[in-house]
Amino acid sequence: MSTYNLPDPVFSIKNIGTDEMIHLLATMMRIRQFEETIADLVTDGKIITPCHLYTGQEAVAMGVCYALNKDDYVFGNHRSHGHYIAKGGDVKAAMAEIFGKATGCSKGRGGSMHLCSPKHGIMGTSSIVSGSMAIAVGSALAESIRGSGRVTAVFHGDGVPEEGIWHEAANLAGLKRLPIIFVCENNLYCTHMSLDKRRVYDNLAEVASAHGFSSKVIDGNNVLDVFYAAQDAVNKARSGKGPIFLECRTYRWRGHVGPNYDVDLGLRNQDELDAWINRCPIKHFAKFLIEKGILSEEQLNTMISNVANEIDEAVSYAITSPYPDPVELANYVFKDGNI
Amino acid sequence: MSIKSYAKAINEAHEQLLRDDERVFVIGQGVESPWCVGTTTLGLVNKFSSDRVIDTPISEAGVTGAAIGAAMAGMRPIVFHPRMDFMYLAMDQIINHCAHWYYMFGGQVNVPVTIRGIVNRGNEQATQHSQSPYAMYAHIPGLKVVCPASPYEAKGLLVAAVRDDNPVLYIDDRWLYMLEEEVPDEIYEVPIGKGKICREGDDVTIVAISYLVQEALQAADNLGDKGISAEVIDPRTLKPLDIGLIIDSVRKTRRLVVADGDWPCCSFAEHIATLVYNELFSHLKSPVKCINFPDTPIPASTPLEKAFFPNYKDIVRGVLDVVNQ
Repeated sequence: MSTYNLPDPVFSIKNIGTDEMIHLLATMMRIRQFEETIADLVTDGKIITPCHLYTGQEAVAMGVCYALNKDDYVFGNHRSHGHYIAKGGDVKAAMAEIFGKATGCSKGRGGSMHLCSPKHGIMGTSSIVSGSMAIAVGSALAESIRGSGRVTAVFHGDGVPEEGIWHEAANLAGLKRLPIIFVCENNLYCTHMSLDKRRVYDNLAEVASAHGFSSKVIDGNNVLDVFYAAQDAVNKARSGKGPIFLECRTYRWRGHVGPNYDVDLGLRNQDELDAWINRCPIKHFAKFLIEKGILSEEQLNTMISNVANEIDEAVSYAITSPYPDPVELANYVFKDGNI
Repeated sequence: MSIKSYAKAINEAHEQLLRDDERVFVIGQGVESPWCVGTTTLGLVNKFSSDRVIDTPISEAGVTGAAIGAAMAGMRPIVFHPRMDFMYLAMDQIINHCAHWYYMFGGQVNVPVTIRGIVNRGNEQATQHSQSPYAMYAHIPGLKVVCPASPYEAKGLLVAAVRDDNPVLYIDDRWLYMLEEEVPDEIYEVPIGKGKICREGDDVTIVAISYLVQEALQAADNLGDKGISAEVIDPRTLKPLDIGLIIDSVRKTRRLVVADGDWPCCSFAEHIATLVYNELFSHLKSPVKCINFPDTPIPASTPLEKAFFPNYKDIVRGVLDVVNQ
């Protein structure tokens, strides 16, 4: 089993301000608090929809989305709470959706796996593995035809290049030099199965290069490295230099779905999990900011209590919101009215 | 108005849509290829450039997905499949994504894409180059399905499909490409969800889809010689279906034959029969007759092929069955 044995993240400050770095930390903390709260609510039986938690991968969503403009497009997958929050989606509306409420961002039609906020460029997420790859290439094609300069980022797991449509989408993006970034979150597992049991070679970036992508492998637990790489990718895409593949090596702490860790099932071992928990993207970044004198312990404590309050409020909002009215079951089949 | 073939009508609709709306683009495999789409997209690349009339690699799922994504981003793509058989490779994109996206996200992101599936059969092409699985697509919530049966419908339905805010599957049929009639020169819509009475009659209603509309009209001529007056209805849109038009006709004729060039099990013909039974069961003079393909894959050899595809003679026999009961 390859866990890459990566060293602890080493941060370097390039073209980024102190307020920006604090914003990155705060948003990663918001994602973490959101996911860990959901884990408890699932354990308590308060949430029914299957939740694929993002804990441990926050730096990928944050680093990439911070490099995008508000009107750039993001497409996601079944594990997209983090992408939604990082791109600016409303936390209350997401929590309400996860509670199946009418006030949810998808009005209770989507659940945890289908979050959406078009005004933030979040055009939707697909729970069919690889489902949004070609669609994302299509939004990039649209903007390429218009010449608008808008960029598309699509987040996908390390299992997705095992699907045929990933290659079709990649070939089309490469052929047409489309403004798209494939963000591969290599968390080493596709549901229960580790990368080395699924692939002949550990060569995701090479395979993307073969389709005409500029490819880069980065530490997905280092938010600044992800941001710098994403910023470079966005600049390339926007200036018509073709598609980019970013393989972000990271780890999901929780199991494939739900609040457990999949250690109990024998799918992963505790040492591996502990090693990656020690590489926590938030802990290391906070420590770095404190060591640099950018953040004080007191400020950090305030941030911790702020996100806790914010997520508590989102939960209260979700719980007190009404369920969708069954009379409206057939709304939204067609845009011009009911079925 | 001028006389135009079905293929020319489709070509003209493309040209006028591309001319009038910069959001429209055409994407698919073989835009200029005689094997792929006949003459229906011929000349469009020269007029509108390969940026808006895009020939593609042979990637049905990827290309269909790209059209879907472009529609989400506000374009009005027409993605075509030279053979509907190959379109099965894009089923996940069409069903899980295209048809369900608007609902799944609570009405926030609509998908105004036209998916054009071409039926191309005959001449011993065998089962993987012959299918027309209408009912499979009409089954899917969120997808509109239209089947033009004449040059007039072919042009007007394509315009309506592209202007619709929802995904529309437009199924055209190469057996009709040479069929000619008067077609307006200007751009116009045939409304989606409205059927048409092609011929009025009193003794029996024949509902026919796509190429079988022409066969039904020939059958009606033949039946007229036998003193049987047949009303012929073309639903034009399978979903949403103009069932009211059919019910009103059958209320008058009290007999129904449905001619549907697709397999029989869970077919569109059965669907219409059920809807009519629900409304008019005790009013009918005889059971509804469904004319479909045999429940077999589609053969290659010419005698088997001739036995397989229904034509006007099968419709005449079907009508005689219900009239004589």
